[in-house]
Amino acid sequence: MKQTQLTGITRRALLSRSLATWALAVSGAGFIAAPDAAWALEVTVITPEQMATLMQMARDIYPHDKVGDQYYAIAVKGYDSADSKDMVAAGIDELNAAAVAQGHASYLAIGWEKDRVKVLQAIETGVFFQKVRAGLVTGLYNQKEIWPIFGYEGESFSKGGYIHRGFDDINWL
Amino acid sequence: MVAKFDLNDDSVVVIIGTGAGGGVLANELAQKGVKVVALEAGGRYLPEDYLNDEWASFGQLAWTDTRTTSGDWRVAKDFSGLPTWIVKAVGGTTTHWAGASIRFQDHEWKALSTYGKVEGANLLDWPIDGAEMAPWYDKAEEKLGVTRTGNRPGLPGSNNYKVFEKGAKSLGYTQVHTGRMAIQSSDETGNRIACQQTGFCFQGCKWGAKWSAAYTDIPEGEATGNLEVRERSHVAKILHDDTGKVTAVEYFDKDGKLQTQKARIICVAGNTIESPRLLLNSASEMFPNGLANSSDQVGRNYMRHVTGSVYGVFDKPVRMWRGTTMAGIVQDEAHHAPERGFVGGYELETLSLGLPFMAAFLDPGAWGREFTSGLDSYENMAGLWIVGEDLPQETNRVTLSKDAKDQFGLPAPNVNYSDHPNDIAMRNHAYARGVAMYEAVGATRAFPTPPYPSTHNLGTNRMSEDPKLGVVNKWGQTHDIANLFISDGSQFTTGAAENPTLTIVALAIRQADHIATEMAAGTI
Repeated sequence: MKQTQLTGITRRALLSRSLATWALAVSGAGFIAAPDAAWALEVTVITPEQMATLMQMARDIYPHDKVGDQYYAIAVKGYDSADSKDMVAAGIDELNAAAVAQGHASYLAIGWEKDRVKVLQAIETGVFFQKVRAGLVTGLYNQKEIWPIFGYEGESFSKGGYIHRGFDDINWL
Repeated sequence: MVAKFDLNDDSVVVIIGTGAGGGVLANELAQKGVKVVALEAGGRYLPEDYLNDEWASFGQLAWTDTRTTSGDWRVAKDFSGLPTWIVKAVGGTTTHWAGASIRFQDHEWKALSTYGKVEGANLLDWPIDGAEMAPWYDKAEEKLGVTRTGNRPGLPGSNNYKVFEKGAKSLGYTQVHTGRMAIQSSDETGNRIACQQTGFCFQGCKWGAKWSAAYTDIPEGEATGNLEVRERSHVAKILHDDTGKVTAVEYFDKDGKLQTQKARIICVAGNTIESPRLLLNSASEMFPNGLANSSDQVGRNYMRHVTGSVYGVFDKPVRMWRGTTMAGIVQDEAHHAPERGFVGGYELETLSLGLPFMAAFLDPGAWGREFTSGLDSYENMAGLWIVGEDLPQETNRVTLSKDAKDQFGLPAPNVNYSDHPNDIAMRNHAYARGVAMYEAVGATRAFPTPPYPSTHNLGTNRMSEDPKLGVVNKWGQTHDIANLFISDGSQFTTGAAENPTLTIVALAIRQADHIATEMAAGTI
């Protein structure tokens, strides 16, 4: 996700970019009832800029180049709530202030990951950063839809375990 | 026919906790005809209930009541409210344990005599030894169906084990095998189903191949008609009479209602955090420092093993999650050899975590590409865990929090732990050996990872010959109160290098024999 895409962060644009995998992720993880309804909620409670900032933050904190944006979006979508609204606004103000202090217009306006990382390092001990990072540990990595990207197979009981399915199939030792 | 005992029945033995200590003790006493009420804080979950999903299972089984932490251990920073990874359920942490069942080495019963005085450590010899425990270990191995004991074959080696074994042998290690495991390895040598190499041993074995008190000792005890297990019953306080004998326990029942169960004998087996907490929370006018605490040792000498993990990354897949979680062991470093720069020894055992827990435990708090590039190689990782003897220290202790309260309004436990220099030297030695093992098989990268929240919790009501130096005698009977026993890992005088469950079970079988004998003789 790059700066130029910010203007495209509307409910419709996000949906159209990855509708197929999106719908799959949504139904599989059970995080939200229906993708379009969920995104209507996303852009009405916090601003599109704030959502884009959270998504970029998520990717910069746990960058996996093989993991698509929609999974990062799911990981932070919980902040689109009345309870989180003020915390998100204050946190992103803090983040952008750190960006300005390092000579940038805003965090999202920074073109290079290494420069954004420097801005994140300036706020990493703060409550906002720590909350977002800690939330991602489960919000991102506990999405079953991303497990195959890492080769992880999840449960195997329903298939009878690995006793006949390769628990000892290593062939390169 | 499951028994049902009256709250005013003062002839029963009340056991608090139903894990490796309490669950086994309950069954053993019931088999001998002793009437037992077992109070279990958690609910009852059986193989069909277990969830092969790390976080969902954690939510189902883990003990997550309010706790606080202090000390220099990293757990206090990264998981400040979660010092332990143990289970709140019928069967206790025998639901979660991986199944490694190894005996103490003879010298480990005599740590002070063997290692000598170590500055800053509160070392002591156990009042029992390997010869005394040998027949009880035999019974424990039979009960648990431990592989490589009796006629039980070892488990087959998984991918994670094969990498580990080749690395270990490359370094010249010879005591390398697929472990002595309380996991059924063959259909012919026990009553449980054989291991299907499904993984998720930590989440409760859905096949019931691994021994857990939840579906072995507890139902066997209930079948005698002498055991009543009351689930979701959280003991708040132990009561005593004017003579100092314990008489009853107060507990919150499943509806949160305070009940009082009378008792002839009370056995505390709530795990090394809850057991001393209960004794401290039971302070009275007669015992202002808590029950059985004339030595001031209740809550002290908390041990959690020198742990840590090493993960090796390879250029080809390993798929370490397939199969038994603890799939093998290296025992060549388990002996005492002070020339390595530390006293005591350690075991190396394979370990694997699923992707969600790997993300949580690989380097808690870390972020950015150094961290994520490790996870990107998850499929190509092999993993091992260090289990070494940490030294008892008086200041590593469980105390009552001044501010934090649990859901019942009871003072929560604070767990304070700081590494002894011996612990650090041992961990660093083990990290280096683990990395060397994986590099010997061609690892392109290796990560030492910090200790997880503790599953091996030991020592806070320790056993001693001298009543001034510990809380219980060689039977687990408190020095101060004749009809109050400790029946879990908190009675460990020292921790040894071995996974503690087999020893907890052996001590529980032995304690049951003693209690039944003394009851018959009318001495308690």
